[in-house]
Amino acid sequence: MDAIAQTASIDTARSRTLALAAAGFLGLFIIGVAGFANIHAVHNAGHDYRHSMAFPCH
Amino acid sequence: MALFRNLILTAVLVGLIAGLLSAALQEFLTTPLVIQAEQIESRLPAPAATAPAHDDGHHHGPGWAPADGLERQVFTVLASLVGTIGFALIMLVAAELAGGLRNWRHGLAWGVAGFFIFVLAPSLGLPPELPAMPAADLVARQAWWLATAAATAVGIALLVFTESLVLAVFAVIVLVAPHLIGAPHPDDLTSPIPAALHQLFVVRVTMVSFIFWIVLGSLAGAFAPRFLARDELPAATARVN
Repeated sequence: MDAIAQTASIDTARSRTLALAAAGFLGLFIIGVAGFANIHAVHNAGHDYRHSMAFPCH
Repeated sequence: MALFRNLILTAVLVGLIAGLLSAALQEFLTTPLVIQAEQIESRLPAPAATAPAHDDGHHHGPGWAPADGLERQVFTVLASLVGTIGFALIMLVAAELAGGLRNWRHGLAWGVAGFFIFVLAPSLGLPPELPAMPAADLVARQAWWLATAAATAVGIALLVFTESLVLAVFAVIVLVAPHLIGAPHPDDLTSPIPAALHQLFVVRVTMVSFIFWIVLGSLAGAFAPRFLARDELPAATARVN
């Protein structure tokens, strides 16, 4: 009985960790693209935003 | 993956509101100064206007760029929305790891921390820049910026979430270290941009970013308890009991 509860609780903890890790990496990736990617088109599109957020720019 | 979906939804909701607000503030307060600096840059004599050794591509550089005017404004707003969703995700995940946001006041405190981490600390070494200003190698500046933000986040987290004196001392060292090491700066500091214009830009970027982080944090704190409520116990436990 306890084993069932324990397994379920481990599963919940594991999926929770996975969800947080995935969302966290997605957030970092988004900031990387919007603020730091050295791709010309991306830089030019977000140019004024980068300056306004004090990201290092060109 | 209900939590993942809810994190994304909350970040998008927070990002749309805070992102639109900051985009509006930037449109009227900071972007006009960027454009003013570009006009100064375009009037420079040819040798100074062309790329220095470390230029990694500029607004006038190669590749596609939005046309000046509405198209450029639209892309700035889009970048602002996307960036805000990214910051909201990072804050929501960090707050969940620390036990979750309780209410808007709690979120506001996290917003102030975000302002310290992503604006104040990096700006101490690398103040907001205008086009045509002298600057060190881009990748070196980006690396210092990211390392400083990361160190500040670790330092604040240690001070807030641990009690040990040793860790507190370590936190202070981590907070101060990037500034003792120093941000990369160019040898030649001659700038065609008037100091007063740059100062106004620094003041406005800092102020707009402060408002941005206060709003982002408060909204995240207001929405998180509603959308990120935890399943207290797995269903199996309830059945067993």
